[in-house]
Amino acid sequence: MVSKVVLSLSNLHVKFKTLSGTVNAVRGISYDLYEGETLALVGESGSGKSVSTKAITKVLPQNATISGDSIIYQGEDLLKKGDSKMNKIRGSEIAMIFQDPMTSLNPILPVGFQIAEPIIEHQHLSKEKAKEKAIKLMERVGIVKAEERYSQYPHQFSGGMRQRVMIALAVACHPHIMIADEPTTALDVTIQAQIIELLKELNKEFNMSTIFITHDMGVVANIADRIAVMYAGKIVEFGTANEIFFNPKHPYTWGLLMAVPDVNIKDQDLYTIPGMPPNLLHVPKGDPFAFRNKYALNIDLEKEPPMFKVSDTHYAATWLLDEKAPKVEPPKEILDRWKYFENHIENMQKKS
Amino acid sequence: MGKYLIRRILIAIPVLLMVTVFCFGMVNLAPGDPSDLYLSQNATQVQKQEMKKNLGLDKPVYIQYVKWLEKTFQGDLGFSFASRTPVTEVIPAKLAATVELLICTLILSYALAIPLGIVCARHQGGWLDNTITGVSFLGVSIPGFFFGLGMVYIFAVELHWLPTGGMSSLGQSSGFLDRLSHIIMPTIVLSLFYCSNMLRYVRSSMIDIFSENYMRTAVSKGLSKKVVLWRHGFRNALVPIITVISSDIPKMLGGAVVTEQIFSWPGLGQLTISSIGSRDYPMLMAINLIAAVGVLICNLVADVLYAVVDPRIRY
Repeated sequence: MVSKVVLSLSNLHVKFKTLSGTVNAVRGISYDLYEGETLALVGESGSGKSVSTKAITKVLPQNATISGDSIIYQGEDLLKKGDSKMNKIRGSEIAMIFQDPMTSLNPILPVGFQIAEPIIEHQHLSKEKAKEKAIKLMERVGIVKAEERYSQYPHQFSGGMRQRVMIALAVACHPHIMIADEPTTALDVTIQAQIIELLKELNKEFNMSTIFITHDMGVVANIADRIAVMYAGKIVEFGTANEIFFNPKHPYTWGLLMAVPDVNIKDQDLYTIPGMPPNLLHVPKGDPFAFRNKYALNIDLEKEPPMFKVSDTHYAATWLLDEKAPKVEPPKEILDRWKYFENHIENMQKKS
Repeated sequence: MGKYLIRRILIAIPVLLMVTVFCFGMVNLAPGDPSDLYLSQNATQVQKQEMKKNLGLDKPVYIQYVKWLEKTFQGDLGFSFASRTPVTEVIPAKLAATVELLICTLILSYALAIPLGIVCARHQGGWLDNTITGVSFLGVSIPGFFFGLGMVYIFAVELHWLPTGGMSSLGQSSGFLDRLSHIIMPTIVLSLFYCSNMLRYVRSSMIDIFSENYMRTAVSKGLSKKVVLWRHGFRNALVPIITVISSDIPKMLGGAVVTEQIFSWPGLGQLTISSIGSRDYPMLMAINLIAAVGVLICNLVADVLYAVVDPRIRY
């Protein structure tokens, strides 16, 4: 299956100027996003997953500088576009959903109007027509009595309902790409499942490509076609969902997978990756994961590993894949969780 | 809302009564006796008694108060001791002069403060922000009387650009330009503080708003900068702005006392000073009453406006 590439990032860098110095939040990431696929970005807080996607539509704070080779969308380089040209793409071609539905809606504007706003802006419809469309969208995302709720305000909505509003707002102009930045993190588990289902349905319905950011591997198994594991502003492992779950190569990915809680495994403490992510004000020499990695080799402290190719779709940045490296097997705790992952992935494939 | 308004107005009545009791007490506690001021030094005790009786000051204070209240309810604020004319005849012209000055001050301060505050917030920490906040810091710190006298010295005494005081030139038909030239300096002096004060409020609330998540949502919708700024940003700053305005207006009445004195502006402020000097109790009580009613109205209007601009506020 050869799908069309809709978005192509190459060597993207994002830096933040702060009082204590320059923070290298994203240190050169590249990937292609295919039509209709869901790409999951996973990693700890501060790994640059959210910042790297906000850089695509340039919705970063003023102290951020975006650089790199290119971000190609429909044959044009988004890095070279100014603010007014970006405005034509934001919301209409590339839409975003954010983590915190409680604060992402404007408290003093009616909810329905906030959904209608991008429709009026991009499709130049009258207020009445846009309202009609917005009400249909609200019904589509599962808001009952949409007509009545159109003129209500965010404080009259629950968290889950607000995230539905955010989703309606994001798909209002039928974007090609949807960036969902931890859309379920602030919601409780039952609502999470509903929202993920809704997102999956809508992706199909509108044939959107999705970049899904999360740190929850359980959610990833549910939704992702391909997965990029990020650490310290870089992608450290990249592959299809099957490759990442059943044939992971990077010790950091192993750590993430081991940290997934599984109710079927008894008498085991919950695993956590030791230590903290490095401070990106001063990126350490060599592999920034080395000091938390019990499989680290001497060379990890000297030189950052390049991307090694595992298969046509699977790459990982770890010296363990070098010819001269000792053979290391992934920890057995990951094998214990296969059944759990299989269920999730099977479920996902059944539904789609 | 209707119920709330009626309740608020009903609460305002006892508040207003308390204010009048307090003011009446204060005015009467002040040392000095009007009968001393209006009679020559050689007046006899009998003459003084006569005078007191005429002014109604021979009775105990609480009876004086009840009488004053009774008359006030009938719309009669009494005779001014100093000018021997009904208070209600003196006040309107003075009030109009003060209101004129206040309106000019409000327009000048807020027309400058709001856009400058937003510019500062936009470029927080930049040279523009540092310059403007620096000047505004001076603005809240310089005493109005000092700044006013400085301006009179420079623009009136030295440069002869503007008149030193008054509302219009004597002996000429007072055209618009003449009136304008008289109001410029008092307006600037009064505005200095209120402009700087408001600027700081606008700046800090806009800085908060710029970092809100809903602003990021608005940008990610592809809305133009202008729409994001005004529709999504500034509207959220209106609640603190209304709060500042509603407390500024009564404060301005107080600030006007000093400014009017410097520029001999024939308004309520000057009248207050001269009435205190002449122990003109009925006049002072009338001015107090106007100020109290002004404060209550400002607060009530502010509370109503809160509900208009922020749907989360409901009464």
